[in-house]
Formats: sequence, C-alpha cells, structure tokens
Amino acid sequence: MTKARIVVTLKTGVLDPQGKAIEAALKSLGIQDVGSVRQGKVFDVEIKGDDPVQAENTLKTACEKLLANTVVENYSIEIA
Amino acid sequence: MRAAVIVFPGSNRDADVTRALTLAGAEVTKVWHADTELPAGTDLAVLPGGFSYGDYLRCGAIAGRAAAMDAVRAHAARGGLVLGICNGFQILCESGLLPGVLMRNVDRRFICHRQMLRVERADTRFTGAYTKGQVIDVCVAHGEGNYFADPETVARLEGEGRIAFRYSDAAGELTVDANRNGSLNAIAGIYSEKLNVLGMMPHPENFVEDLIGGTDGRGLFESLAA
Repeated sequence: MTKARIVVTLKTGVLDPQGKAIEAALKSLGIQDVGSVRQGKVFDVEIKGDDPVQAENTLKTACEKLLANTVVENYSIEIA
Repeated sequence: MRAAVIVFPGSNRDADVTRALTLAGAEVTKVWHADTELPAGTDLAVLPGGFSYGDYLRCGAIAGRAAAMDAVRAHAARGGLVLGICNGFQILCESGLLPGVLMRNVDRRFICHRQMLRVERADTRFTGAYTKGQVIDVCVAHGEGNYFADPETVARLEGEGRIAFRYSDAAGELTVDANRNGSLNAIAGIYSEKLNVLGMMPHPENFVEDLIGGTDGRGLFESLAA
C-alpha cells in the first residue's frame, strides 16, 4: 500500500471568498500578523501496490478526472 | 416534446421542473442517475436544481460523473437539447458540457430572491417565446452561482453569442446591485457551441403560475415545447 497526500488549491488570481472570510475572522481574533488566507483541500489516499511512479500516475488521473477542477484549481501530489 | 428529468441523490427541484414542463405540454419521464440510457425518443434532457450528493467535493462534481451523464453527453453530441437549472448548471460545467465554473457567491451568502434577467437572444430553442432584450422576473436560490472562466473562454462565449441571460435591473441595465453573486459579465446562463445545451442559475420553473407570484418563467418551457 502506498500512502499519498493530495493538496488542491485555488489558482492565483481566482477570488476565494471563504479564504477572505477566514482572514477577517483571524484578524478579529487579534491575530493581526495574518497577511492573507487561501483555503484549499487535502485528500489522504491509499493506493494499492508499492510502486510510487505508478501511484503518482493513478493519482494524476484521479486529480484530473475528479479531485480538482483545473479551470480554477491546482493540485500537488506527495507520495509518503 | 419528450423530456427526461434526471434525478440525482439530493436533487430537489425535479418535481417543480416536471410541473413546468407538463404545463407547457411536454411529456415528462424521470430518469434515475444510475440509468445508462435516456428513454427512446427523448428530445430534452433536464438536470434539475438541488444539492446533488450534498454538494460534496464541489457543487455538481460527483453528479457530473454519474452514469446518466454519459447518456446526457451522448444525447447532446447527437444535437439533443439539454437544460440545466441551478445545480443542473453546476453539473453541466463539471461534466464538461459547458465551459467555466460556478464559484462561491462573491459576498459568501446564500442568495434567495426574485431576480430580473435580460434575455440576450430569442432565436434559440429555449427562448423563442421571448424577445431579445426582454427583461423577465424569475428567482434565484444558490450559494455558488458566481460564474467564472478564463478571459479567453469568456471572450469566446461573448463573441459567439453564447450568453443566454444576464442579471439586470428592471430596465435591463447591468448594474452591480443586480449581479449579486458576482458573475463575470453578469452571466446568468450560457449556451453550448451548437446552442443545444443551456445552463442557467436562476429558476424559471418557480414562476409558471399566477398563484405563485409570476409567470415569466413560462416562456422558456413554452419555447421548448413549441
């Protein structure tokens, strides 16, 4: 079994209203050093087999087909 | 006109759109999302509003990959008509039948109110009962209706006359206040390249009877059934 983590984030320039709200909430809690916040998603996935190259290819397909909407999101894959 | 309304787990406007279509004279069959074919002779496939799969992952993302969507894609490729309303529009974008994406509303609020729309063209199968530039009074109810696409895509949609409706005021002016979700170019609905697929955030099916408060949505269903 290969363990992997996928991180999906909004592309630069795409408005992130949720990130803005979180940023404002952090500032309202007195955490004034916060510059900006962008919200994303993390997926921890287990892939059958022990071949990291094959796992990465499988996960790329998963990202392109479902996990990320590449119109507005980027993804990165980390194999543990 | 034979219409097939696709029902996903979490669809909740299928009964309303069925009623609107029936009132306009269409014959309506409901199709379950796991079905792999549309009924023979289907002219129009409809993706109703709601919260398919609880909006998990992204609105419309999981429904966009459902088995019935392969049948809808094949139907659209043959030139068949497809209408997606609200969550249905989100599903059309996620399934690749329409370009772009519906993002979180710019003010982060779920909006639910009457909404004026400007009809951008009246020469399609969806809008023949309206006139170009007509302002219609319908409803919106969504949290993710903020239309976004890259500048090239938006320019292509504009250049090819593929904007179906825009959020406007009662005079047809595109004011900032009228575009509450923050959509690019006040886009409320778009067509596919061949004008046989329409996705729109507002709900025309809400306003098809005087009893409910308006009838401006009727034109869309009457255009389709004509």
